[in-house]
Amino acid sequence: MNLTLVVSRICKSFNAKPVLKDCSFSFEKSGTYVLMGPNGSGKSTFFRICALLEEPDAGEVRYFSGTEIVKKDVQLRRRITLLLPRVGVFNTTVSKNVSYGLRIRRTKGIEINEKVDKALEFVGLTHKRNQNALTLSSGETQRIGIARAIVLEPEILFLDEPTASVDQENTAAIEDIILRMKGKGSSIVIIATHDMPQAERLADRLLIMKDGRIVST
Amino acid sequence: MDSIIEGFSKAFFLILNLDQELLSIIFLSLEVSGTALIIATTLGLPLGALTGLKKFPGRGFIISLLNTFMGLPPVVVGLFLYLLLSRRGPIGFMSLLYTPSAMIIAQLILAFPIVAALSHSAIVKIEPLIKQASLTLGATPFQVTTTVMKEARYGIMAGIIASLGRVMAEVGAILIVGGNIAGYTRVMTTTIALETDKGNFELALALGIILLTISFIINMVLYLIQRKGVLQTGK
Repeated sequence: MNLTLVVSRICKSFNAKPVLKDCSFSFEKSGTYVLMGPNGSGKSTFFRICALLEEPDAGEVRYFSGTEIVKKDVQLRRRITLLLPRVGVFNTTVSKNVSYGLRIRRTKGIEINEKVDKALEFVGLTHKRNQNALTLSSGETQRIGIARAIVLEPEILFLDEPTASVDQENTAAIEDIILRMKGKGSSIVIIATHDMPQAERLADRLLIMKDGRIVST
Repeated sequence: MDSIIEGFSKAFFLILNLDQELLSIIFLSLEVSGTALIIATTLGLPLGALTGLKKFPGRGFIISLLNTFMGLPPVVVGLFLYLLLSRRGPIGFMSLLYTPSAMIIAQLILAFPIVAALSHSAIVKIEPLIKQASLTLGATPFQVTTTVMKEARYGIMAGIIASLGRVMAEVGAILIVGGNIAGYTRVMTTTIALETDKGNFELALALGIILLTISFIINMVLYLIQRKGVLQTGK
């Protein structure tokens, strides 16, 4: 059964300043959702709560497999993946960075190699597989983040401002990767961006976040 | 000047002839400092990891305490430990005073805060990004901890080596609680102090040369570890 996400009236404040106010939405149909909104509108907080990195002050995030609610544990976290705006790469080779998620899932070595090869080819980093990941440019680092996420074939993939810190060339490359991802692996991809033209290029469904709420779709 | 040159030549003679007294002093020094370091690492590393990875009440107090204790004056440690271990002291019944065990405890007190505080610093420096990265990739809490520790390895190793340097060169605390008993609690630094007082510069110089060499090796290893970390990141 495909994993779906229902967010019900979540609220979150930082230092008494509300960031999310009764924010609700259901991500039930497969496709690419783009959450548009200016910086500070609460997109990242929304993503972090949905990806179970943070708890909301009020409201609820529920994952469903068919009609059954899925328990929020490590097994659920392994079915979803969040790519943060600043990718934290490990001080090791690019291929070991990409294989990290598979290794902690105790995937077999041959399968790891095959999947890592495919993911690196997909993001165009095959030639850098043995290079230390910390020596790469910000655009390449972002692509490692994407490879590290797609290699796990998550059912729901969150991409938080995937092109925020990269140049135009890498932005185009990353957008191309996202467009090519459609129909492969993750059934639901949710992207946060503040760039309207980018949102229009990538979205199957466009969502607007304003004042801590998803206000229009 | 002649006495210095003569002292050096006799010192080299002792070193090259592997003088038994010299060797026993060196081995005891390494045994005491090595044991203290192993225990300090066993206790300090988990505390550094705990304060680096978890937020809990009193965390700030513990971090401040560790940072303060990093600069503990060895003679003060020696004094307090002496009061604790002396016959009239609360743990005097254990008869540890003037034994290598007392010296290990003294060096442990000096090394522990350094290992814990520097491990903490190494972990908090990389913690938020690495912790979040491993969590978002589906790591269990244990896997998150091991990943963060692995990523902080160069900083942690630097802390352990820095504390080894501190305890190897320390004299005040172990002199007070060890008593500098020949063949039993006499280590390199205490021998240097004693032999200098007696005017026997040969053995003091020989040990000084060896201590400097060990200190150089420790610093070289520290440099190579830090360089390796820098080379890998290219930053």
